[in-house]
Amino acid sequence: MRIRAQVAMVMNLDKCIGCHTCSVTCKQTWTNREGTEYVWFNNVETKPGIGYPKHYEDQDRWKGGWILDRKGRLTLRSGGRAKRLSRIFANPDLPSIDDYYEPATFDKDLLVSAPAGLTDTPVKRPRSALTGEPMAITWGANWEDSLGGQSGQDDPSLARMATKVKLEFEKTFMFHLPRICEHCLNPACVSACPSGAMYKRAEDGIVLVDQDRCRGWRMCVSACPYKKVYVNHATGKAEKCTLCFPRIEAGLPTICAETCVGRLRYLGIVLYDEDAVLAAASVPDPQDLLDAQRAVFLDPRDPGVERAARDAGMPDEWIEAAKLSPIRKLISEYRIALPLHPEYRTLPMVWYVPPLSPVLDAAGAAGRDDADADDVFHTIRDLRIPVEYLAELFTAGDTEAVAGVLMKLAAMRSYMRSRTLDGTVAQDLLDRIGMTAEQVEAMYRLLAVAKYDERYVIPAAHAKDAAALDAQAAGHDGCALDCEGGPGMSDPFHLSARP
Amino acid sequence: MRETVGDRGRTLHQYDGAWDAFYRDRWRYDKVVRSTHGVNCTGSCSWNVFVKDGLITWEHQATDYPTTGPDSPDYEPRGCPRGASFSWYEYSPSRVRHSYVRGVLAEMFREARQRLGDPVLAWAEIVETPLKSQAYKSQRGRGGFVRASWDEAIEMIAAAHVYTTKTYGPDRVVGFSPIPAMSMASFAAGTRYHALLGGTLLSFYDWYADLPVASPQIWGDQTDVPEAGDWWNATYLMMWGSNIPVTRTPDAHFLAEARYRGTKVVAISPDYADNVKFADDWLAPHPGTDGALAMAMGHVVLTEFFRDRPVPYFLDYVRKYTDLPFLVTLRNTGDAWAADRFLTAADLGEANGEHKTVLLDAATGEPVVPNGSLGFRYADDGEGRWNLDLGDVVPVVGLDPAGETVEVDLARFDTGETEGGTTIRRGVPIRWIAGHPVTTVFDLVMAQYGVRRGDLPGEWPAGYDDADAPNTPAWQEKITGVPAALAARIGRELARNAERSHGRSMIVLGAGANQWFHSDMTYRALISLVTLTGCQGVNGGGWAHYVGQEKARPVTGQQHLSFAFDWQRPMRHQAATPFWYLHTDQWRYERVPADELSSPLGTGRFAGMAFADTVAAAQRMGWTPGHPFFNRNPLDLTDEAAAAGRPVAEHIVAELRAGRLGAVADDPDDPANFPRCLTLWRANLLGSSGKGNEYFMRHLLGVEGSATAAECEPAQRPRDVAWRDEAPVGKLDLLTAIDFRMTNTGLHADVVLPAATWYEKNDISTTDMHPFVHAFSPAVEPPGDAHTDYDTFLALADKVSELAVDHLGVRRDVLAVPLQHDTPDELATPSGRVRDWRDGECELIPGRTMPKLIEMERDYTLLGAKMRTVGPLLDKLGTTTKAITVDVGPEIEYLKHRNGVIDGRPSLATAIGMCEAILALSGTTNGRVARAGFAALEKRTGQPFTDLIAGHEDDRITYAQTQDAPQPVFTSPEWSGSEKGGRRYSPFTLNVERLKPWHTITGRQHFFVEHDWVAELGEQLPAFRPPLNMARHFGKPGDAVDGGVTVRFLTPHAKWSVHSMYHDNELMLALSRGGPVIWMSVPDAAKIGVRDNDWIEAHNRNGVVVARAVVSHRMPEGTVFQYHSPERTVNVPKAEKSKRRGGYHNSMTRLLVKPTHLAGGHAQLTYAFNYYGPIGSQRDEITVIRRRTQEVEY
Repeated sequence: MRIRAQVAMVMNLDKCIGCHTCSVTCKQTWTNREGTEYVWFNNVETKPGIGYPKHYEDQDRWKGGWILDRKGRLTLRSGGRAKRLSRIFANPDLPSIDDYYEPATFDKDLLVSAPAGLTDTPVKRPRSALTGEPMAITWGANWEDSLGGQSGQDDPSLARMATKVKLEFEKTFMFHLPRICEHCLNPACVSACPSGAMYKRAEDGIVLVDQDRCRGWRMCVSACPYKKVYVNHATGKAEKCTLCFPRIEAGLPTICAETCVGRLRYLGIVLYDEDAVLAAASVPDPQDLLDAQRAVFLDPRDPGVERAARDAGMPDEWIEAAKLSPIRKLISEYRIALPLHPEYRTLPMVWYVPPLSPVLDAAGAAGRDDADADDVFHTIRDLRIPVEYLAELFTAGDTEAVAGVLMKLAAMRSYMRSRTLDGTVAQDLLDRIGMTAEQVEAMYRLLAVAKYDERYVIPAAHAKDAAALDAQAAGHDGCALDCEGGPGMSDPFHLSARP
Repeated sequence: MRETVGDRGRTLHQYDGAWDAFYRDRWRYDKVVRSTHGVNCTGSCSWNVFVKDGLITWEHQATDYPTTGPDSPDYEPRGCPRGASFSWYEYSPSRVRHSYVRGVLAEMFREARQRLGDPVLAWAEIVETPLKSQAYKSQRGRGGFVRASWDEAIEMIAAAHVYTTKTYGPDRVVGFSPIPAMSMASFAAGTRYHALLGGTLLSFYDWYADLPVASPQIWGDQTDVPEAGDWWNATYLMMWGSNIPVTRTPDAHFLAEARYRGTKVVAISPDYADNVKFADDWLAPHPGTDGALAMAMGHVVLTEFFRDRPVPYFLDYVRKYTDLPFLVTLRNTGDAWAADRFLTAADLGEANGEHKTVLLDAATGEPVVPNGSLGFRYADDGEGRWNLDLGDVVPVVGLDPAGETVEVDLARFDTGETEGGTTIRRGVPIRWIAGHPVTTVFDLVMAQYGVRRGDLPGEWPAGYDDADAPNTPAWQEKITGVPAALAARIGRELARNAERSHGRSMIVLGAGANQWFHSDMTYRALISLVTLTGCQGVNGGGWAHYVGQEKARPVTGQQHLSFAFDWQRPMRHQAATPFWYLHTDQWRYERVPADELSSPLGTGRFAGMAFADTVAAAQRMGWTPGHPFFNRNPLDLTDEAAAAGRPVAEHIVAELRAGRLGAVADDPDDPANFPRCLTLWRANLLGSSGKGNEYFMRHLLGVEGSATAAECEPAQRPRDVAWRDEAPVGKLDLLTAIDFRMTNTGLHADVVLPAATWYEKNDISTTDMHPFVHAFSPAVEPPGDAHTDYDTFLALADKVSELAVDHLGVRRDVLAVPLQHDTPDELATPSGRVRDWRDGECELIPGRTMPKLIEMERDYTLLGAKMRTVGPLLDKLGTTTKAITVDVGPEIEYLKHRNGVIDGRPSLATAIGMCEAILALSGTTNGRVARAGFAALEKRTGQPFTDLIAGHEDDRITYAQTQDAPQPVFTSPEWSGSEKGGRRYSPFTLNVERLKPWHTITGRQHFFVEHDWVAELGEQLPAFRPPLNMARHFGKPGDAVDGGVTVRFLTPHAKWSVHSMYHDNELMLALSRGGPVIWMSVPDAAKIGVRDNDWIEAHNRNGVVVARAVVSHRMPEGTVFQYHSPERTVNVPKAEKSKRRGGYHNSMTRLLVKPTHLAGGHAQLTYAFNYYGPIGSQRDEITVIRRRTQEVEY
């Protein structure tokens, strides 16, 4: 057993209001600069939808993530090392700027400086932020917001469902999916990097791109099935979500988490066995990946684990934080958080609580038991979001696993309704979901009351580590490639070749 | 060190290079400053603004709100993507950093000023020389700004204001700025300036159609709602036309979280809006039919919880807290009867009993005059008796249906040839008292909802499934499309939950239900649901209206200082909707006659009248303000009176009687009556809120808009208001825009003054969404010539004072002000019986049958000095809020020490001083003031109140504290709820728990509204009024156009903007679609061959909009959305239709004035600023949409 700690995140999609504040605060802090105009380390998608970049979940097209080879061994979908190197100068599995979107800016200073005698009021027209040329805006970072457009019909997860769903008014459903880098336990991007520039930090699992070492091959972009590594088109280098490591090191939550208005993000430590990762990522049946990944996680309340952690040199503060970790509770104890697309086999470390939704057929449901006005909730089988659809996102198609989570959320609500209105304990509900009253009430507190210090349990970097990190920060002196238009790395989107 | 673990390409390593300094550096900053975002948004979120190297880098939400306690969610981290992107404006290309004047005007002014040596004379020459004035007015909106120095721009504005004051009257100088709560000092700066000048200040809440007119009608209260944290206490939560995640983003989590506590959530929305995902049930009524759904739910509640199984909690509640037991007289209509008015003690022979209402005692069966009605509020003998204490009396709720009955006619509006609908006849039990047949409000309500008891005669529904009888579930299904069983079930659940929880059913109401022409009727039907079920005044229950509502928690200081009540009272507060209806000449295009709205129950009192006539009538009767009022300069009127040797009021009455003096409303197109100067600050009137935008363009500015509507036919013209054959264009001499960004308003202004942003000023902010007051603080200095609003108006006032020495000096002004709410003026019109002096129905009595006439001195040379100090009137009169007067001597002393003195008075020379003064004078922020107010309330009511401030009597909140962290306010008589002990604020808990009357005729919550104009429209009782039938009145806009589809045009609030703010912000443009869009359903798009992102045009008689289509299966067929409000300056091409710049959503609208919103002079229907007045509704409109050529020109 090789014990390690990872700072992980859970997002409760059932609380996400789709406001995109996370995207804005992240972008304002990290990527509002030349070269990263189109880059959103954090973005929020409306589901169903094809996402950002377009169809990123379609790995037949993009070849992201891992597969098992014929011998059952884990291998990058984009091929072995030799194959990847052969394509190093012409990678066909790379999204173009149009797959993201061409960022727009608008005429500068035209309103104030407009000359006299115009026939009409002045107006600012869109121009490409990349070329400065006038442009028509035809796609965006969030084009499908709140089901805008009809591209949602092409959502790969819908296509995979056995039950065909037509997107129409009467059957409308939607939810929002905020996404950052998954900081995977088995990151495909890291493995695909020919330069060794990408790495997963040993102490907290954060996946980073060493800007000094990056040579701009962009294999990471292809390999990441979540398309969360981007090319800075000014430097030619890869950039990605850093999990706000300068804040995490100081014990502060990431910006996307702290500014999350829906209060749906949780951050905390997960302990895991590094030696078990490969086997977990290699289980044959994709539907077993969820349990396999859970099995990699270690319970810090287990004295054996605690001892092992201490022996491995983990600071006490981190071990205590792991015990209090909301991530551990949501993933392992209450088991209501699920990984996004476990079938990519990267063992992602940003997990999600799937959303409830309104009843689908209100008229039909209205006819159920009109006599009992106290029976106010619907069964989870009646909800609008097809369980099959959620299963395509979170359980490699295992509908029972998703239904089990929704059942817990629904039972918690019914249980708490009795507690709130009558002060009674609905034992039958507890029995149905196999939880104790204490567990359900603790889960309720974590999801509903959700105090700041319960959402974010982040130990500061251990003092000596922090000093080391500071020392690292001080000595930086630039690199040959990170200047604007560095050698061979300019124009990664071939904008100059466009008509 | 490099460590690699794993195999087959898996790597895990730690690299000790220093590359990551880039990200570390990026995160570093120099300081963090607390500020927020002011005006328009009601969020009032506290933000941390990060500054690095003297530049603002980004902002994150503050998370240090005081806790709500260990068992409920906290307020952190309030915010939204709009606020999070605000810092973009700081250094954006549309930032206004200098003063700008249109070149042609600047040249003329500079030349004339040089030649004449006097800016006032220079201004006079330009505006009075037609060629010159035409020369600059014709260039509005057409570019050509030149830079002016700050001093020059200020001087030009001051000269215009001085000239206008001198020549046309100070009331022709008009100011507009909305929503004081979210930057009180910035608001106060300009309003105080206008108050001291004698200018006219326009309202915003009614103008925005955010005011729920039903609130004054039901409660005598502008708006009072629960804080967001109280949603947590609800166990049944309906969102009715309110898209909480989008429009109340900072607090939406309380909704999501309450669900985990077992709260059932219902969403009522025509589209699958963002909030629907949180609901258990989604009801999608057709737009504008919400009232029908609510009436049907009310039918179920009254049937099952009042008739079949009377619920003790509900009965007890309605007895104590509603008008349901009160007796109403009936009038004979020939072959039947109709509800008339409340029976009063005067009917029983009691002296001064006209405003004391009557109910029956169940024990004796005899009429009783209970405490608490209006008759006890101001009268000496009402002291200690203005309360809801019924003593031993148990009121009768509903007479015996087996006793004597009569048939009454009741209004319905779903049938008939006109908007006025028809009637339905149903029996009610009656008693005869003092010669009148009387029944109770409850009996009328049961009849109105169609709930039959016993064998009452008349037409009654056969059951819930009777689709022909109004107000049944099946009837509403025909209208709304919501399945009858579903409507019934939700109504039943709401009531049952209220029964179990004793009132913890809440309805969150939003603009989707409110901003319709008949919003008041829709709201009355909705609010009835939570009033019948005992939810009002209960934490977790009742209505929760969140539409542009605001709550300046320190309201007393805010109002007295904003309106300069420390120097003189009152000021010219004007209801904006009738003002703009007249002065932008929208009345000239009116096709709906006033009596089109009249119910057959009415007496035909609007026959032959246009809406403009109803405005003129309501103004002359003193119900609603009409500033400017007289067709002469009021400064001259006082001189005339002096010359004639008689008091001003006497002079005016005599001149009016003789017909020598007229009202502006009688002839708005007379050049003597034009508004001449308009100053906009914190506002984008011409790019966001200006309903009937194209009429503003044409008539106010002289810019040809894209309206194609024809003026009304001679037969449709007003009866009383003068018609001039030639409509004036370019009425306004000076439009001043004060802003930090260039908007559509700025582009059309004559002068643009650069303003400081919210990250560059000191101010304070509050909201009703949370109970805290917190600060704006400057993170950086304003750039260039930019000034804070506060400093801008000080500079302007100083310049006016300087110019006044030669041009104005000391003058006397006379104000015609309407009968005021929360004053004894409420007693002017007993029973709301209308008498018009113009028709000889009564004498001209100022303050009773016509406006009050109030004379005051204005020393224009002291304008700047008065702006800068707290005036002495406060020492003399104290403060008065909602009829509670507090001596503020100690606060004046405190402020002298805190702010320093100028000429012996407390200084207001800085915005911080203004903030301190506001905080010191208000009960919510000064415990001593709250205690004094509660003591006064105890005296009037005879009920205990001062304990509510116990422990805080000596506490006050200072500006410095608000910079430190958000500060929780104190419980105060300024509001109706309690925060004592960290309790979540819920309105009317003091009324319910402390038996304080509501500010209505009965002192209770009203189902029955009495007033002749209300009766004329058939609106005494809740009823469903459908959207106006625009196609019938104005013709179907699509008839003449090939390939178009005619749809309802709705303008809900957007995720990517707050009004037009942020719609020009590149972050928000990047996350949306980079310009104006219209959302359409898939079938509507298919009808006209439109695909997603195609360019389309929407047009009707009022204007044209060019936008890209967002085609979505989320949208219902027959309805399109253009989210309020795209900024017209970004990515708006020229329209194919008009060849002019495409408009924004208010290019499709035109005002209509609902006469009942003008009704006044009686009880809760008296005027107060932003409290009562016609709403500028915009949801009843229809438009044609067509695909246009995809080649667009800018």
